[in-house]
Formats: sequence, structure tokens, C-alpha cells
Amino acid sequence: MTEVLRVHEPGLFTTIQDTGRLHAIASGVPPGGAMDRFAHSAANLIVGNDRSAATLECTLTGPGLLIEAPCLVAVTGADFDLRVNGAPAPAWIAISLRAGDELAFAGRRSGARAYLAVAGGVLGDRWLGSMSTNVMAARGGMHGRPLATGDVIAAGQSAMAAVTGRGLARQLRPRYDEHTLHLVAGPHISRLGADARAALFSSAFVVSPDSNRMGYRLEGPGLETSGEELLSFGLVAGALQLPSSGQPILLMADHQTAGGYPVVATVVSASMAVAAQLAPGDEVRFAETSIETALQMRAVQREALESLTS
Amino acid sequence: MPPQRSTVKVRIHPLGDTALLAELGTRLDTAVNTRSIALASALKKRRDVRQAVAGAASVTVQFDPDQVTHVALAAAIRRLASKRPPMEEPGRLHRIPVVYDGPDLQAVASALGLSQQKVVEIHSRPIYRAFLIGFVPGWAYLGPLPDELVLPRRPDPRRQVPAGSVAIAGHQTGIYPLNSPGGWHLIGRTSVRLFLPDSDPPSLFRAGDRVKFFPIAE
Repeated sequence: MTEVLRVHEPGLFTTIQDTGRLHAIASGVPPGGAMDRFAHSAANLIVGNDRSAATLECTLTGPGLLIEAPCLVAVTGADFDLRVNGAPAPAWIAISLRAGDELAFAGRRSGARAYLAVAGGVLGDRWLGSMSTNVMAARGGMHGRPLATGDVIAAGQSAMAAVTGRGLARQLRPRYDEHTLHLVAGPHISRLGADARAALFSSAFVVSPDSNRMGYRLEGPGLETSGEELLSFGLVAGALQLPSSGQPILLMADHQTAGGYPVVATVVSASMAVAAQLAPGDEVRFAETSIETALQMRAVQREALESLTS
Repeated sequence: MPPQRSTVKVRIHPLGDTALLAELGTRLDTAVNTRSIALASALKKRRDVRQAVAGAASVTVQFDPDQVTHVALAAAIRRLASKRPPMEEPGRLHRIPVVYDGPDLQAVASALGLSQQKVVEIHSRPIYRAFLIGFVPGWAYLGPLPDELVLPRRPDPRRQVPAGSVAIAGHQTGIYPLNSPGGWHLIGRTSVRLFLPDSDPPSLFRAGDRVKFFPIAE
């Protein structure tokens, strides 16, 4: 274990995240984990980590970090004006830093969440099998809270020799600028009338300011549902819930584990990377797709990530 | 008695490309819930299943689409669901002391045309079943609540319900594990902790457990 980073500026909401604690949903604990699993995995693979290693998830306003010990890092996900000692630095590629260097996330150009991986993996408190930060329970990651000025981040021992310059070409990354999420019709789609169903797939929705790692509230045309109250059932990230207000909620990584609102559709796994990069105020549209197409999209992402391990 | 193949109708819906919802019923029913819990634990043993969680009358299954197709998994779920569930062992019994002085007790009593004393008596009489753990860490949907106490949710949910509040809504009762917003009627409070963050599992109640409330003065 080596202390590699000191937090100079914490950013708006920077948390330690790995691939979460899916087994804990049986106790009502949100699964957690990186919102954009593609970017999280890519950052890890670029620096030679296992894709389940923890990274820093930097939200909307990124942190300023002082380097305490030589390390290999990679930043992926949202497009920030990344700077090392004030000079522009590239993302989606391994960069070697020396003690005393300063890594800054200056302005954000697009996207919502950037991932910083450090060779050896970021270390945090482990809770229920995962280092992911759960703010509600105040457990995991940096003592269950976002980073604060003065925090010191440690990394594990890097298993692989440092390969500076390994990166992921732009054409292999998700199309983050295309804000269309692909949906598979859900268990309660028949509760939407024909007009509401048409509105779901033809309208633009805006991500409300009241959106976070639990879920996004989407503002758009009211989508009325009919039918009696449902018995509570287990939920998944990507589910598009429709409360009686008619304004859909897209469930994200820290979602409630069960609920009784109709789920009219589910965002496919390959689109969740794009969903994770939506910021409040962004417009989003939905396209209905088949499971077969969803699996093809998933395979494209898997191959892109596998190109980093070959 | 010869083993029987039951005629459970299972409706299976995709939840995207990596999950399925298997619905075993549409009513709050102990037998259906028992089957749901048994099906979830059978599915959890499969290598291609990443997680299976029982709902009140359903199972939500997350799977690895590189190992199994949703069609093959749906067929496996139907096979498993048609098997007679193993005899359920009675869930662990929890006795929960409650101070019945909730802010809604008076309103609940008058809405139901009962005395407060009677509401307490009826609420603390049954042994409830934990149908489902979820919503927030440690929350259990307990039921069925006796018909005499059935009320719709409050029209205006509270922004903050204190942890430990004992509440009712519809045919269910429950205890808020954390300070959180909530729309149920608060009839009492308990000092028993339901969310145990430093235990694994971190929830006092598990699906299928039994819960008995008893009134205490303070």
C-alpha cells in the first residue's frame, strides 16, 4: 500500500467506487458501484488493473490532486480539461506522474462523471464486500463520504509493469454525445395507453436537478398509467419507473432495491454508460430496441475493453 | 402423499438484457411468497445467475447474458417454479417492543372508527411475516395486516420519518430502519435496530422471518 494522492480540491462529489455489492440488495442495501462501468473498466485496464479495482468517480466538478508518490494513472468518462502541472494532459490513456506533480480537472466540456484509475487500484474501506462509497449508510470508500480537502488516497501494489501510453481509441469508446438511450419494454408497459407509449418513444426528456446516483427524475410529457397498485418487487439499475405523477424515474447505481411503481421499460446494459454521463439539464430520448440488439451493443463494448488486455 | 406438480402460472418479463422479473402471483399471499423465496434461493445457486431476490409474489433475477440467454433462463425458471417447494422451515421469530404513541395513532383510530386502545390491540395481535426485504436497507414489508386496520397511504408523505417508527399502510406494516421520507401512518416506535451496518447480512429481518409486536409503556 502506497499513499499516492493528496486531495487539494475535493470537487463537487468525488467518491471511491468499484463494481459494487450486488449480493447486498437482498438486505435492501443499494448495489452501488461506478455509474459508468465502461469508463471505470477502461480506466482500470489501461493502467493494468483488474476491472473490479476501485477508482475515483468525479462528478460534474472534478478534484485537484497532488501526487505523493510516482504512479501510473488514467482518466476516462466525462470530458474534462485535464491538466498536469497546468499543461493539458490526455484522457483515455496511461500517464506517468511523479511525486510533486499536480493533477487537475479543470473545466468540464461534456459528460457528468470521470473515472481516475491508479495502477494497483485505489484503496478504501471495504463494506459488505465492496469499497464503493455508500453515503446513506456512511460506509465504504473514504469512510462512507465523498472526498474532502486533505484526504490521502492510497493505492495497492501494481501487479503489472507500467505501460505508459496504453489507451483506448476514440472510435472504441461509447458515443457519449448521442443522448438516446435504448430501452427494452418492461413488465408493466401495458399500463401505458397508446398515446403515452408513443410519447415515451418520441419525446425529449430533461434530466431534472433532483437527480443523483440513486436515480434521475426526467421532466417531459406526463405519462399516465392505469391499473391497480402493484405488490413490491425487486428493482434493477436501468429500470424506468413511473410513479403516479407521470414523470419517469431512471434508476441508477444506488437505486432503491424494491418498489411498487410500474416499470414500463428498462435501459439496456450498453446504454447505461451513456446514461451515467447525463448531467442535470441534459436532454435525453428513448429508442425501443430488442434484446438481441441490446446484446450486440453489449458485445461491441466488451470487445473494446478486451482490446486493452491483448 | 405422492409428489404433485403444481399449476403455478409464472409470468416472465425481461428487465433489459441482463435481468428478468418472474411473477408468481398478484396478491399478498403467504404460500405465493414462500414459493417466491424458494425460487429465488434455487436460482441463486446457478452459476449464470448473479443475483435473485424475492419480491412479495415475484423473483427479480439478474443474470450473465454471456452464459445463458433470457429464453433459456425463463424456461429454467418455469421448471423450478413447477416443482413443489421444499417444506418451509418457520422463519425466525422476532419479538419487537413498541411504544404505541405515534403521531398518527389518533387520526388512524378515528378514521377506522376504533379506540386507540383497540388499534394497539389489533396491531399487536398477529404474528406477521416478512414478505420482502428492500426499499431501504433493513426495511421489511410485514403482513398481512388485519382488515380492520387497512387504510390507504397518507396523501402527503412526510419529508422525514424518524428511524424506529412503526407504521401501517394498506395490508402491510413496517418499521422505518433509517430517518427517511415516508407516506405510511405512524402509530408507534421501537428502539430495536433493523439496519445493522456492521453485520453481514446487515438486516435484522430476512425474507420469511416472523415478527410479533408487543406494547410497552416506555
